[in-house]
Formats: sequence, C-alpha cells, structure tokens
Amino acid sequence: MSLTTILMTVFSTTLIYAAPLIFTALGGTFSERSGIVNVGLEGMMIVGAFSSTVFNLSFANVLGNATPWISLLVGAVFGLLFSILHAVATVTFRANHIISGTVLNLMAPALCVFLTRIIYNGKGQTPVIDQSMGSFTFPGLSQLPFVGKVLFSRTSLVAFVAVFIGILSWYILYRTNIGLRLRSVGENPTAADTLGINVGKYRYLGVLISGFLGGIGGAVMAQSITLNFSASTISGQGFMSLAAMIFGKWNPLGATGAAIFFGLAQSLPIIGGYVPVLSQVNSVWFQIAPYAITIIVLVFFLGKAVAPAADGQNYIKGK
Amino acid sequence: MDNVVEIKNITKKFGSYKANDNISLQLKKGEILALLGENGAGKSTLMGMLSGLLEPTSGEILINGHKAVMNNPRDAKKLGIGMVHQHFMLIPAFSVLENIILGDEPTKGSFIDYKKAATEIQKLAQKYHLDINLNAKVRDITVGMQQRVEIMKALYRKANIFIFDEPTAALTPQEIDQLIKILRALAAEGKAVIFITHKLKEIKEVADRCVVIRMGKVIDTVKVSETKEETLAEMMVGRKVNLALDKKTVPQDKLVLEVKNLEVDAHKRRKVSDFNLTIHEGEIVGIAGVDGNGQSELIEAITGLRKVRAGSIKVDGKELQNYSARKISEAGVGCIPEDRQNVGLILPLTIAENLALKDYYHEPISKYGLLNYKLINQNGRKLIKDFDIRSQSEKELVGDLSGGNQQKVIVAREIAKEPKLLIAANPTRGVDIGAIEYIHEKIMEQRNAGRAVLLVSFELDEILKLSDRIIVIHEGKVVGQIDPQNTSSEELGLMMAGKTPVSTGIER
Repeated sequence: MSLTTILMTVFSTTLIYAAPLIFTALGGTFSERSGIVNVGLEGMMIVGAFSSTVFNLSFANVLGNATPWISLLVGAVFGLLFSILHAVATVTFRANHIISGTVLNLMAPALCVFLTRIIYNGKGQTPVIDQSMGSFTFPGLSQLPFVGKVLFSRTSLVAFVAVFIGILSWYILYRTNIGLRLRSVGENPTAADTLGINVGKYRYLGVLISGFLGGIGGAVMAQSITLNFSASTISGQGFMSLAAMIFGKWNPLGATGAAIFFGLAQSLPIIGGYVPVLSQVNSVWFQIAPYAITIIVLVFFLGKAVAPAADGQNYIKGK
Repeated sequence: MDNVVEIKNITKKFGSYKANDNISLQLKKGEILALLGENGAGKSTLMGMLSGLLEPTSGEILINGHKAVMNNPRDAKKLGIGMVHQHFMLIPAFSVLENIILGDEPTKGSFIDYKKAATEIQKLAQKYHLDINLNAKVRDITVGMQQRVEIMKALYRKANIFIFDEPTAALTPQEIDQLIKILRALAAEGKAVIFITHKLKEIKEVADRCVVIRMGKVIDTVKVSETKEETLAEMMVGRKVNLALDKKTVPQDKLVLEVKNLEVDAHKRRKVSDFNLTIHEGEIVGIAGVDGNGQSELIEAITGLRKVRAGSIKVDGKELQNYSARKISEAGVGCIPEDRQNVGLILPLTIAENLALKDYYHEPISKYGLLNYKLINQNGRKLIKDFDIRSQSEKELVGDLSGGNQQKVIVAREIAKEPKLLIAANPTRGVDIGAIEYIHEKIMEQRNAGRAVLLVSFELDEILKLSDRIIVIHEGKVVGQIDPQNTSSEELGLMMAGKTPVSTGIER
C-alpha cells in the first residue's frame, strides 16, 4: 500500500470516528461554560442515535439520499428535548449536576432499548439503515496534488461540518454578547445577576445547546459508524467527549482538536489492520487504547485545566 | 431643587425588629456624603433600599424629586444609581473590558464591538482619572484596580449617584489616596456620592457632610469641617471612646523571638529574603509595608504554615523553623491570623468548639479520643464572659457572629493560652470602632504583661500607635527600622513604597 493511501485511510477513519465526539464535546463546552456540569452527554448521544435511526428507517424510502442528514436534525431535536430534564433538574430545582447527569445516562439506554423492542417486534436492536453517510470526495479540492488525495478524497463530510461548527462555536462564545453572557453565568452568576443578566435563562441555553449537539453526535455515530441502534451503539463516546472537552480546556477549538485526537485513538483498531508494522500487534491493545487514553488524559489534565469558576455550582439568588 | 436623593421617614422592619427607624436624609448634586455607623447600625439596610435590594416598610425615596419605586437592582440602575460593593462583583477570568461591558455590550451585527466600547471607556477613564488596563485579566490586577473597574462599571452605565460600601477596607494607603482623588473627581463632575464607612479619618478627609446612624436611627447630620473626630466617634458609639492606650514602661531585655537570615518562597518566588528580626519581652514590634511584600509569608513561616527555605526562627532560644504548626503553638506562639474566616475560625462550628481548637486533642478536653463537651462548653462560657463576645450562647455558630465578635473569639483563644509570642496580623481589619478599641487594649495588655508581640498591619495609624519599634518591609526585605515616636505616617508611607531606606536610629 502506498504512503498516500495509508495516510488517506488514517485521516479519513480518524475523522469518521472524531465527528460524533466533536459535536458532543462542543455541546459539553456550551453547557459547562454556562456553569452546568454535564456528565449526561452519553445519555444525550444515546437518545440522538436512537431517534435518528428510527427516523432514518421510517423515512428512507421517501427522502432518499438526504435521509441521514435530516436524521441528524431529528437526533438533535430529541437530544435537546431530553436535555430539558437536566436543565430543569439543575437550574430550576438546583439538583446536584453529577447526579442529574447520571440519571440521564441510566435512563437513556433503558428507555431507548425498551422503545426499540416495542417498535421492532421485541428485537433488542434496530435493522440496519439503508441510507447511511458514506464517504465524500470534495470536488475540486481533491484534485490538489497529495493533499487533495490525503485530506479531501473519500473522507467524512460530516466531520468537516463538525470542525466548522467548532469554529462557529468559538465565535459565538468569544465574540458575541450571547457568548459573553453565557460564560459570565458560568464564572460568577452573582456578578452577572447584578448586571441584569438572567442567570437561569443562559444556563438553560447552555444545557439545551449541549442536548442539541450531543443529539447530533449520537446521530452521527449511528448514521455513519454503527448503522443501526442497539444498547452498544454508544459505548463511552459521551464520556470521551467529556474528556475531550476537558483536554481542550473548555474551549471550542481545543475541544475540537482534542476530539480529533480521540478519534484517532478510536480508529486505531481499524488503522492497525492496514499499517504493516501495526498489523502485527494484537488488536486487543488497539481496542483498549481509546479508553486507556481517555483515563490517562483525564488524570493528567483534569487537575491542571481551569474549569469555569462556577461550573457545577447552583445559583441561589442573593439576599 | 438640587436634592438628587431624598430619603423621607424610611422605616424597615424585619419581623418586629426595626433595622431602620424613621430615617431621613438628603444628598445634593456634587456632594460627598458620609454614612457613619458601627456594624449592625443599619447602614447596609438603608443602602439596600436605595439600590433596590430591599423594600421599605414605610416612608419613601425621591430620586431627582420624583418618587422612586425600585423592585430590583435593575430599577435602581435605570434611575442612575451605581453601587460599588464591598465584595467586588467581578469575573476574574474575564478581561477588564469584558467585565465593564457585560450586560450592556455594544454590538456590530451579531458581534461585540470591542473597539467602540474601549474608546468610550478610555474617554471616561481620562475624565475621571481612573487608571485601568482594559486588556488585563481581572484576576491579575490589584485590589485597587479592581475597585476602579467597579467604579467604571457604574460610570459606563451612566450612573450619577454612587454608593460606596466600605470602599477602603481592602486598600493600601496609596490606593486609598487614589480612591479619594477619584471621589473628588466624581463630585467635581456633579455626581453625588454616598460613602459608607466607620473610619473617621477618611470622613474628615473627603466628605462634605456626615450622617451618623446608631441602632437604626439617625443620631445627627453634621458638617464634617465643623466636627471633631472624637465627636463623630462618640456619636457613632454612643459613649466616650477612649482611643488612647495605656503604654506602661516594662523591662524589655529578654529576647523572645529571633529570626535570622530567613528566606521563604511562595509560588516559586522568593517572598522573604535575608530577613532578621528580634522581639523582646514586653515589646510590640510593628511590621509596616504595602500588602503583598512578604508579610503573609513571614507569618506563615513563623507559625509553621509554610516551609522555610533557609535561616532560623528561635522562640525563647528554641529553634522552631519547619516544625509543625501544632508544635509551634505548643512552644508558646499565638497567632491572630490575617484571614479570620478561613484560617482563624471554622465558621460552621460553635463558639465553644472554636475556642477549644488549640486544646481539643489532649486531656482534659479529650480522653480516649472522645471530646468532653461539658468542659468545652464550660470553658467557652468563661471566655465569652471574659472577652465580652456578644452572642446568644456558647453553642451559637461562629459564622453567625459579626466580624468584630468573630475576631474577639480568636483573640480570646490565642490570649487565653498566655503565649510567649503573640502574632497579630491586621487584627482590626473590617471591625468597628468598639471592637478596635477592645482589641488594641488586649494587645497592649499582653505587652504590658511582658509578652512579645509581632504586629503586622496595613493601617499606619494602628502600627504607629501600638508599636515600640517599627520595621518596614519592602519586597521581602527589611528596608528600615524606625521609632514610632519620631515618625509621621507620611514618612512611613514613603518608606513603605520602597523610596527611602533610612533608619532613624534605634540601637538593637
């Protein structure tokens, strides 16, 4: 296999696996920047994966090629609806954020597998979707020498969309007044309140955006990787996204970069089969790798990274 | 009609308790009005009503001649009232500029127009001589600049009535001077200023009129230029205040504390270097210096809270450097720490428990790992009585006490052990005049009883009044030693800034 082909494979598999993580990590960033810790990303992804798969299976014959993309939006909407639970619990009722998030994570797989059994005649998993997200070759760009082949041929379009959303998120958080206010309620809600900023409103916004993006993340997972929904469709990707968000220092660009790194880690079992030296290694190691890397990164960076000052703190209006 | 604010017969009740009782006052355009009163006199309640946090039980507030209804702080802001809180409402991770514009950001399209905001703020900064660095992160700037950012926040929102709540509590003398200039500039531009404080000297320096409040009632409104400090103090406290101290002549021969060539690091920076200090029995040595020049690290090193890099610390001839805090305490060192709420006390524990913190681990208070609460509470009651700690009972939580009474709990605990060396770090910061008087008396008592006292304070008057000898510290080094009898606070202020390392000879 030529170097170009190997690089292309590495790059495109990395992106395919990174895309769900990028969306979800960005979601986490919005939530935690507003001060709401979100360990419920995993649950939001599961809901997104489930709802998008069901939609895809139901409407593929009507919508054709566009089905997976519309399914993403369906996943987003259901992710958002599901995240309302977290927002109500943490913002309105001032519940502990970790507990509320854990509830989402426990509830989502149980609920979605249960619904799967009801909808698909008692089976624990959905049929495989026909309309999935295939590889994409950029017209024009792919003609560039070397780079065109490595970066822009047979690659994942949705990952490029994810990176674009990452850049857009940075602009929203750091250049618009909505972003400034959202970050302010995550840093010092009391100060924000004295300046007339509605703390609850911006925290809801942060959580709902995380549900929206987390839903997309789960949907991407189902539409481009597993191609169906089962209990194991989302297996830790929500937590990897959380790790990517921390690794990326709660910054959308950092989170995007970190998610791509985790995507590389996740694609190792596949890449390992292609690259001559690596194919000698027992594939078990590659399968453990993403989880091991997640733990290592968290151990080394969680202490050092500076979270938003009021992340995880409920706001009780002053006396 | 130039009354910007007119408060008419306002009463505020909490249950049956009258926090404000029929209070009236007027504030004119371009005037600086001081609101003087002890902690708990009702100043904060009154200002709470003026800034929309509280609703009056009866009476009314007129702003620019119109009856004002303020249901929340936003309403007050709309009426041009700007509050500079004692505890700043800033976001440390944000830049100064972001902190100022937050909530009222100018936008271009959907993006914030930082340039426009910066130009507008620069203009205001020049007009009012507010030195601020817009691009710095708030966590990196000094307390003084943080306060200027708070002032700018109000100016940016076009406030014309400014309320300053204890603005000098956390400032260094130089920063206080700067603040006073800013207050004058505000007044000169026709803004009206209310200045809440219990520091008489500042009132004399800056205010035009002074409203004295005691137990929720206005005692009097006086012209500051025609009233003596002593009179103000008396009106505030309600009795004669004895600010003079009884400094006895006691033998000062025996060495108690000897610090030699001390070096201390903090956050990988040298904070104390080549530091020598001696204190004798019956002597108070004051350490004067601008905040952050190594005072905290020096005390932490002596009390065992921070590792000593080099040098020695001897108490009564015994080397104590790098011993545990408990060992040092047992060797006879008592400390009234700078940060009373985080270091000196455990707020969720009772008064009696806090008073037992130095003895809880040995007999008779604990036996076989069990605490003898009967004894703890009995000791607590005794100290509460001896040290005049105002509280419901010894089982009241320390967190529920006023600042002055919290400080008394610490003083009681440390002094009751009869330490050979007493360290007092800013012992009267943020406490009212009655408590200041009391704490000063107690410290002097310790000296007169032949104990050694190390006093660190940012209040120059306090240092000059209490000390037998003053050491000036700058960037962790001794830059001078002076005799408080022959030194004015102006000279001391200059030395603290590191300007003139002169020694006005005391041999020792």
